Amino acid sequence: MRWTAMKHVSAWPRRWYGAGPLHLLLLLASFALALYAGVRLLADDWFMVAVWFVGAALLHDLVLVPVYAAADRAVTALLGRHDRRRRALTVFVRVPAALSLLLLLVWYPLIMRQVPRYERSTTLPADVFLTRWLLVTAALFAGSAVWLAVQMWSVSRAGRVAGTGRS
Amino acid sequence: MGHEPTPSLLAGLRARTPSGPVSPSSPGFWRSPVRGPWFTAVLGTVLLFGMTLLFVTGLLSYAAYNPDLASVNDKTPDKGLLGFYLFDWPTDPHWLYRLIQGLHVTVGITLIPVLLAKLWSVLPKLFALPPARSVGHALERLSLLLLVGGALFEFATGVLNVQLEYLFPGSFYPLHFYGAWVFFGAFVVHAVLKLPTTVRVLRERGLREQLRTHDRREPVPGEQPVLVEPEPDEGSGLVTPRPAEPTVSRRGALGLVGGGSLLLFGTTAGQSFDGWPRATALFAPHGGAEPGRGPGAFQVNKTARSVGVGADRTGEAWRLVVTGPGRTVRLTRADLLDLAQHSADLPIACVEGWSTSDQAWSGVRLRDLAALAGYAHEPPAVLVESLQLRGAFRRAALRDNQVRDARSLLALRVNGADLTPDHGYPARVIVPAAPGVLNTKWVSRLTFGEL
Repeated sequence: MRWTAMKHVSAWPRRWYGAGPLHLLLLLASFALALYAGVRLLADDWFMVAVWFVGAALLHDLVLVPVYAAADRAVTALLGRHDRRRRALTVFVRVPAALSLLLLLVWYPLIMRQVPRYERSTTLPADVFLTRWLLVTAALFAGSAVWLAVQMWSVSRAGRVAGTGRS
Repeated sequence: MGHEPTPSLLAGLRARTPSGPVSPSSPGFWRSPVRGPWFTAVLGTVLLFGMTLLFVTGLLSYAAYNPDLASVNDKTPDKGLLGFYLFDWPTDPHWLYRLIQGLHVTVGITLIPVLLAKLWSVLPKLFALPPARSVGHALERLSLLLLVGGALFEFATGVLNVQLEYLFPGSFYPLHFYGAWVFFGAFVVHAVLKLPTTVRVLRERGLREQLRTHDRREPVPGEQPVLVEPEPDEGSGLVTPRPAEPTVSRRGALGLVGGGSLLLFGTTAGQSFDGWPRATALFAPHGGAEPGRGPGAFQVNKTARSVGVGADRTGEAWRLVVTGPGRTVRLTRADLLDLAQHSADLPIACVEGWSTSDQAWSGVRLRDLAALAGYAHEPPAVLVESLQLRGAFRRAALRDNQVRDARSLLALRVNGADLTPDHGYPARVIVPAAPGVLNTKWVSRLTFGEL
């Protein structure tokens, strides 16, 4: 704001608008583009497209996040309410569960056989996805169990070594 | 990821009454110590590059259809200025569409955990009160609705489309294309407004330094280390004033996000290659095994039966009609086999992101057929029509550069055998670098000339 030409800018009603003029210009340009594309996006079935557009955000923020947060909280509460060491166990449930549910979230239509046209169109079998998902889920939890066992073994070994006075 | 309000379900519910805030608009409601400007900045940076890549590859994929060539190729006739960048889609390198669309879909699927984590990391801001501190803030929040709604809309339509689950309200092309533009405007604004903070936070705190700080206290033997200290808030509104007992470090949380991405990538990317890589794509729609056995055992987008092409119309009665100005030729399959045969090794690459490796096609060059229609030199564009009864691209146009390429064939055979019905018997188009749907199967008519 050293230049005299910028004096005009300092007259900008920052208190009312809450940000600089560049902020407003940028947003207006983006809204203009959104309007131009949005009119075309809504041209066919404006109501349902709007429902999808806004609904996607609402479904995520008000359903998906609360559901996974509550599930995660339940796991944490069940595993380690007061005990710090037991709380460390949550990771061994949380990680395989999160990864398995992520796969389900992304590939839900195929895993749950919601797509009758899949076999007809591709000649590929549609019933493999559920099996694969169950197997991968089992493998994730099994891997987690092995990882936990190794950790417990190494901790108890370290404890024994410390107990004998050896470093 | 860090758990919400309290470490214990019951204790948490009890604690809510007088001491714990009940409303999500209160900063103390959000208790994960993982949240903070650095965590958000890391995820935001990944998305800055990732989303830009998705947008660019998406625009290129759209251009690959040559929508400005003919109305049959154009599923978005009212695009107006949004088609400003369209160009004649090249035929070189022959794997161009395979690469671009493979990246678009595979990277998109890989970014899903990053997007979810990013949204989680800023969720307290959604509920922050007052809803708008100023006009500028109100406009920015409106823009964030376009950003978040747009991102989720694009991911939802894309993920459903590749699984052939057409739940969305309308045709995929206009929804995904116009939705991308709505999203991208808001994305650019968000990136520009947040870039200074992101750069500063990452510079100040570093990436490796933060990933290394697992524990700043001296470890107590037999006790789990302090996993994560809350970041300094610095006015971001992301850091909880009431951190819960940590159950995961920031490194661990990022590791989970990265692990999710890796898992999705590892079970998707293989669908862009034949052979063993495809077997690794456990969940991708065209992963796993190849369909059937023999020379025609490579991926099929639509079977003959699914689009109403029966053997009664592809047998002896089938004729290929080749027309040009004032000239029409009708050819049997035997006539076509009597013409000069050429071969080309080309992939099939689908908008759904999967592709095959190069297949060995042989048949008649499109430019030789153009010569039969009266264009001995510099053949023009061609309108290709299929026997199929259904499908948005049963009529499709190819540009002159595609017709002129010596590798562009009306293929009659593949991998040393006649085409199978599902790969387009009696004859199909195969053009280098073109999207799968422009490689029309069960061709019945070629019309050379101005479209």
